[in-house]
Amino acid sequence: MTASSQAGFDETTLVTQARGGDNRAFAELVKHYEAKIFRLAQHITQNREDAEDVLQETFLKAYEHLDQFQGNSKFYTWIVRIAVNQALMKLRRRRTDKSVSLDETIDTGEDTVTREVAAWGEDPEQQFTREELGQILDASIQSLAPTYRSVFLLRDVDDLSTEETAEALGLSVPAVKSRLLRARLQLREKLTRYFKRKGDDTFAYL
Amino acid sequence: MLTCKDFLAELSDYLDERIDAELRAKLERHITECPNCWVIADTTRKTIQIYKGMDPYPIPSEVETRLMLALEKRMAAKQK
Ligand SMILES: [Zn+2]
Repeated sequence: MTASSQAGFDETTLVTQARGGDNRAFAELVKHYEAKIFRLAQHITQNREDAEDVLQETFLKAYEHLDQFQGNSKFYTWIVRIAVNQALMKLRRRRTDKSVSLDETIDTGEDTVTREVAAWGEDPEQQFTREELGQILDASIQSLAPTYRSVFLLRDVDDLSTEETAEALGLSVPAVKSRLLRARLQLREKLTRYFKRKGDDTFAYL
Repeated sequence: MLTCKDFLAELSDYLDERIDAELRAKLERHITECPNCWVIADTTRKTIQIYKGMDPYPIPSEVETRLMLALEKRMAAKQK
């Protein structure tokens, strides 16, 4: 988040007010987190219509069950957990294979083998416009497996801790760590295609 | 001696600075001797930096309108 979007936002106070029945405080929490929840829902469901349903269901459920929110975790972690559950339910409904989970077993080790190793140029992202860079970053995340994608999004983009990410996704801490490593390495490799220093290509032919 | 595989296994904790000084020294020694792992560590660190704090796109206004309507309806029902 940018500093400006944080300004004047006092989550603890808003949550307390909302729990006391202040609907305007709850609406403010919704407005603060709606875009992040929508992004997460789109990443998990890969479907815009489902993502909109997930968005609505998440905040309606959060509103209904606000009294169950324990102040010992972040409000954002709590709603992410609701959103992830709703999104997985959508996936299950769409697939005949009902065993959709973010905890699917993944191959051990082989996918950390890196193929493309090339140094990047200075400030490589400066070679692209904001729009181009946004598209590159989006497409690269989209090409990850769903389980890697959610872990990377929460841990590295939204800046949750490893423990909070585990809590939000219903995964163990070691599971989050191994997925995070693979996600980071895969993204690194994808970005290398765009950001590698000019001229380094020649080494590929040696 | 640390192998490249050992180095990669610790890479996340190394970049997140969640390792003790002894292991850190071993890892840093490995990257001074292994150009491949140096590049991987450097470009992975940059990858994380580029993504960190990437703001989501604002949600489309019609999506927000429908969300707020659904919420107002639920709030009104609860008030009764
Ligand atoms: Zn190495």
